[in-house]
Amino acid sequence: MIWNALLLALREIRRNLMRASLTVLGIVIGVAAVITMVTLGNGATAQITAQVASLGSNLVIVRPGQRMSPGQAAGWAPAFKEDDITAILEAVPAVRSATGTAQRGSSLSYLAENTYTPVIGTTPSYPEVGNWSLTEGRFFHDGEQRAGRAVCVLGESVRKTLFAGTSPLGEKIRFRGVACEVIGVLAPKGQSAMGQDQDDVVLMPLKAYQRRVAGRRSRQDVGTLMLSVRDGMSTEKVVKEVTELMRERRNLAPNESDNFSVFDTKQIADALSSTTRILTALLGAVAAVSLLVGGIGIMNIMLVSVTERTREIGTRLAIGALESEVLLQFLVEAVALSSFGGLLGIALALIASFGLTSAMNLPFVLDLNIMLLAFIVSASIGVLFGFVPARRAARLDPIEALRHE
Amino acid sequence: MSERLSGSLISLRGVTKTYGSGQAAFQALKGIDFDIAAGEFVAVMGPSGSGKSTVMNILGCLDVPTSGEYIFLGEHVESLSRDQRALLRRHYLGFVFQGFNLLARTTALENVELPLLYRGLPLAERHAKARAALALVGLTGWEHHTPAELSGGQQQRVAIARAIVTQPTLLLADEPTGNLDSERGAEIMALLTGLNREHGITVLMVTHEADMAAYASRTLRFVDGVVGHDTSYVGAD
Repeated sequence: MIWNALLLALREIRRNLMRASLTVLGIVIGVAAVITMVTLGNGATAQITAQVASLGSNLVIVRPGQRMSPGQAAGWAPAFKEDDITAILEAVPAVRSATGTAQRGSSLSYLAENTYTPVIGTTPSYPEVGNWSLTEGRFFHDGEQRAGRAVCVLGESVRKTLFAGTSPLGEKIRFRGVACEVIGVLAPKGQSAMGQDQDDVVLMPLKAYQRRVAGRRSRQDVGTLMLSVRDGMSTEKVVKEVTELMRERRNLAPNESDNFSVFDTKQIADALSSTTRILTALLGAVAAVSLLVGGIGIMNIMLVSVTERTREIGTRLAIGALESEVLLQFLVEAVALSSFGGLLGIALALIASFGLTSAMNLPFVLDLNIMLLAFIVSASIGVLFGFVPARRAARLDPIEALRHE
Repeated sequence: MSERLSGSLISLRGVTKTYGSGQAAFQALKGIDFDIAAGEFVAVMGPSGSGKSTVMNILGCLDVPTSGEYIFLGEHVESLSRDQRALLRRHYLGFVFQGFNLLARTTALENVELPLLYRGLPLAERHAKARAALALVGLTGWEHHTPAELSGGQQQRVAIARAIVTQPTLLLADEPTGNLDSERGAEIMALLTGLNREHGITVLMVTHEADMAAYASRTLRFVDGVVGHDTSYVGAD
């Protein structure tokens, strides 16, 4: 009986191919939109995860102030000092190396070229901790750090702006009244997970920074501490030990909450991808509305079709079709239309999301579940919106239907 | 379909049919009694509004009487459900409608095999029977033409082929020659007569034309909701 109904339905669709294609267009677009949105969202999440992983999976970051979560401002808290770094290295043996950074946005100039860039004061272990390498020159060493020499290492973006084409090594760039000798260039990393250009940066020894760049009030301050955990050691344990150590160093009573935050890269990745996931769900939901509209389109056309085919239905009933058979025929027709639309939509979504992900430089992450879900939903839409027209057809009085003009 | 009543294929006893209710009520049939034996060829005549369409609908199990009995093949049709009547139609009745009622954009073969589809026959058997029925009405070679590509007479023959492809016990034809010229009409009548004589199909045919009714072995003439004249009684006298 199902097989017969399918045969009849396919015949009917073939008889009205143009109308059938227009009818399913709504479903096609709805399914394609949902799948494309989800695929793009998944791509974005995957990219964020990869970017955070590029920081190094064994990175622990310590910041003053409470942990920032969406919608919550960081309260004021005392900054770290340089000796916090040495204290951590001494007290937490699982930390392989540690560095701290302090930064200040500054206007840089070289000859006639200008740019505005954060100048970061840091320690010689910065490349090791942050997983950086150099394309030219070298990083500053402990001697230069201790002496507070005015030497600096440029990010790729800064090099491009100030030294298009020529080598910057040995040249002097100026900012905040400092003439700083360029001794190296960092290998490019591109955008960070937060969308910042990680290569738009100038690095200099922390001592020199504190003495000559930092403002008078924050002369001794270190903004962020970055710790690299030894291979095989648990970052969670490091987070815990560092938290205890810092509470002690900052003289916090047991009933006081932390005025700093310690987190590892996995936590950053989770926080960022949860935002993307919410956005993906939102976009998917908007796209799902178009599926609903597509379903209404199918109901509309099926109702028109029932009216138009009243005589045919009368003939079928007179010949001996049961109510249930007519119902099934129209229902199967609606489901065949909507599932066909679903399949077309999946095909369209594959093309669109492949094109869009490559245009947006996102990884193409295929989610079979969402495709299966979209297909099931589109078939269910056929059942849902096909039922009313099908029941109307099945309940026709054969005599009236045969007389219908 | 157990017992058969006294050799009659059809028995109507005191059948009335009223449309509407209250003041707007209209009694289309005012008490009809007649029997039709298997193998008869009956012409049903009468002016419009005389009740002949109503009685055809009841005989075709498409409608039920308001009161009275309709016994077809031993079944009290007036007490059957809608689906039970549909099954009676599927297995024992063939319809030739006035307006042909062929499915548009559907080939002659597919139109003819439609009743077999509802009987659940496999494809090969459906095609063989549909081809045979089309051959019987003289349409060999036209199997793959759609109604739009066929003449009126050919469309009527497709409709007849569809009605007889199931080898029904009773064939109901509503003005089968109404839309045709007299030459095509005569061809269709010859066809119906042949089906009646050679295949033993009982035929009931509504017609306005006396020369078409002349092909039948019996004529029922309806006047104002009753049988005004039945030639079988004339013949019996």
